[in-house]
Amino acid sequence: MKTYNEDRLKLLFENLKKEKRGGLGIFIAASDPNLEISLEILERLPQAGADMIELGMPFSDPMADGPTIQAASLRALKSGGSLKRTLEMVKKFRENDTKTPLVLMGYYNPIYNFGVKNFLIKAIKAGVDGLIIVDLPPEEDGELCLPAQKYNLPFIRLTAPTSDGERLPTILKNASGFIYYVSIMGITGTQSIATQNVQNAVKELKKHTGLPIAVGFGIKTRKDVADVTSFSDAAIVGSAIVNVIEQSLDSNGEGSDKTVADVLALVRDLAAGVRNKKIA
Amino acid sequence: MPTTNAPNTLREGPDENGHFGIFGGRYVAETLMPLVLDVENAWKTAKSDPIFWSELEYYRKHYIGRPSPLYFASRLTDYFQGAKLYFKRDELNHTGAHKINNVMGQALIARRMGKTKIIAETGAGQHGVATATACALFNLECEVFMGAEDVIRQKPNVDRMRLLGAKVHSVTSGSATLKDAMNEALRYWVSKADTHFYIIGTVAGPHPYPQMVRDFQCIIGEETKEQMFEAEGKLPDTLVACIGGGSNAIGLFHPFLDDDVEIIGVEAAGLGISTKQHAASLTGGRPGVLHGNRTYLLQDNDGQITEAHSISAGLDYPGIGPEHSWLFETGRIEYVSATDNEALEAFSLCSKLEGIIPALEPSHALAYIKNIISSLPKNHIIVMNMCGRGDKDLEAVIPRLEEMDLL
Repeated sequence: MKTYNEDRLKLLFENLKKEKRGGLGIFIAASDPNLEISLEILERLPQAGADMIELGMPFSDPMADGPTIQAASLRALKSGGSLKRTLEMVKKFRENDTKTPLVLMGYYNPIYNFGVKNFLIKAIKAGVDGLIIVDLPPEEDGELCLPAQKYNLPFIRLTAPTSDGERLPTILKNASGFIYYVSIMGITGTQSIATQNVQNAVKELKKHTGLPIAVGFGIKTRKDVADVTSFSDAAIVGSAIVNVIEQSLDSNGEGSDKTVADVLALVRDLAAGVRNKKIA
Repeated sequence: MPTTNAPNTLREGPDENGHFGIFGGRYVAETLMPLVLDVENAWKTAKSDPIFWSELEYYRKHYIGRPSPLYFASRLTDYFQGAKLYFKRDELNHTGAHKINNVMGQALIARRMGKTKIIAETGAGQHGVATATACALFNLECEVFMGAEDVIRQKPNVDRMRLLGAKVHSVTSGSATLKDAMNEALRYWVSKADTHFYIIGTVAGPHPYPQMVRDFQCIIGEETKEQMFEAEGKLPDTLVACIGGGSNAIGLFHPFLDDDVEIIGVEAAGLGISTKQHAASLTGGRPGVLHGNRTYLLQDNDGQITEAHSISAGLDYPGIGPEHSWLFETGRIEYVSATDNEALEAFSLCSKLEGIIPALEPSHALAYIKNIISSLPKNHIIVMNMCGRGDKDLEAVIPRLEEMDLL
C-alpha cells in the first residue's frame, strides 16, 4: 500500500506562521470552462499568489453550491470534465509544482463510482494533498474518511455556524489537514460574511482543535481576505474566482486568454490582502 | 401507532443511522446535519407519543377521508379474464393522491417543533399541492420548489398551489426537473434553518425521511390488509404499485413484507429501457449517493447523475427510495417496468371500463398488471394501489391518446 508521504499542507501552515500571515486558498472547478484553460489557470495560480489550491471535482448535482459554482460544474462537465480528467490535471500540475498544497473538493458519488481504494491510490499518486467531500459528514466516516486516514491522506472537515459545542467533537474526531470553517449558513457564493461573527466562531473553534482553520464561503474581496486572515489561518475564495471565469466567456460560452488573465489579476489582488495585513 | 415487529422481519429497518443494508444513510453537508438530526429527534419523540397518533388519526379520518375504499374492479376483471383485480383507492384522498398521508404527518411534526414555515419539492405537483393544503389548514407559510419543466407540464397543480397560498419557486438549474427541485429545496433549507421545516415528499433523502415517510404511508397497506380480510377472508396474492421515489409503493407493501404475498413494483420505462430515456433506477441504474442517501441511481460512467425520462412527472426521478434498493437486492420485491405508451393504454382502458381516470403514475402499475393478469387463475387476487387521479395529466395525455387512436 503506497500511502501519502508528503506534508505540503503542514509545511504551508508552518511557513505561514513564520511569515506571520494567513494563507490564500483559491478554488476553481477542474475543466471549467475547458481542460486547456483550466489547466493553465491552475498552473499559474501559485505564481499569482495562491498559497493553496482547492480543485473542484465537477458534479451534476452540487447540493451545497450556489448558482455560480453550479454553473462552473456544468460547464466543466459539458467540456468533457470527469474525475479521471481532474486527477490527470493534478498530475500535470505536479510536474512543475511540488510545493503548493492542492486539495480536491467535491461530492461523493463520482468517487464512490470510481471506487474508493482506486481513487485514493490514484489521487495520492497524482499529488493530491487532501480531500474535502461536502456530502460526507462524520456519520458516514466509514465511506472515505477512515480509508483516507489509512492512506495517511488528510480528510478535511467542514464546520458551520450551527456546529455547536455538542456537535464539534463529533466533527473534529477524525479531522486532519485543516478545518474548513463555512462562514455562512447557506450555499457558496450567495452572501457576504459578517466578519465579527466569523471571528468569534473561529475563536471558539480554536478551543476545540489545534488544526489550522481556513475560512470559506462568502469571501469575495481583498478586504474580506485581509479581515479573515487576521484571525484565521487561511481564507478560501471560490465563487468570486468562478464569477470572473464566467464573465470572461464569449457569447458561445468559450474561454480565452482573457479568462486566464482576468482570473490571475483577481488572485494577485486577493493575495495582496494576505501579504499586507499581518506584516503591518 | 406502528406495531412492534417480531424478530426475523423485513420490517424493522433501518438501523439507527438510517441504513437499510448498505442503502440509506445521511450523506449531507455539515451545514445540513443539525437540521436533519433535529427532525430525527422530533420524529422519534412524536412516534412514541399516543397524542401525536391520535391527532393524526383525526385528520386522516375527517380531513383526508380515510380509510380509502378497497374497490373490486369488476369490469377490468371481466375484461382481462384472469385474476381478480382490486384497487386501493388512494386517489380518493383529499387532494387526489396518497401524498397527503405523509404531508399531514410531517406538518404535525413541524408544528410540534414550533416551525412556522414549510418548504417542499415537487415533481408532478401532487406533493406540492398536498403540502400547500396542509399549510393552509395549519396556517403555515409554504414554499414549493418545482422544476421549470414540471411547472409547464403540470400547470393545473401550480395554480392549485398558488390558490392555496403557497409560493412556487420555478427551478431552472440542472435539468429543471424533480431532482433539481430537491437540490434547490435543500440549498434553501440550509439558509433558513431556524424557521423552516422541509417536508420531503417521498421515501428518499437523508435519514430519517425514508423511514418517517414510509411510516406515514403504511396506513395504505394496513387498511388494505384489514379490508381484504373483510372482502375475501384472506391475504391478497399479489400487490402491485408504481415507483418513482417509491412512497405509495412502500406504503402498500411494507405491512405485507413478512407475509406470503407476491410484491411487484413498477418503474417507468419511458421510451424503453434500451433507449436510456427512462426513469427505471433499479432496472437500469446502479448504486450511488444522491440527495442524502445511497440508493440505485441513473448515472453515467463518471458517476454524474443522468436525466430521467417518463411521461409521468411523478415518476421522473433518477433515484429511488433506499429501502426499495435494499428490498430489490434481497429479492423480496420484484421490480419491473412499463413504458410511456403502455401506461397511456392503461390510462385509457381504466377510464373507459371503470369510470376511474387514473393518474399516469398508477397507470404504469395497471399497464404491468395488464401483461400478467390474464394468465393467472380466477381465484388469484391482485391489489393495485390507485395512488392518484388523472385530472392533472389530461393536458399531457389527451394529445397522445389522440395520436394513438385511443380517444
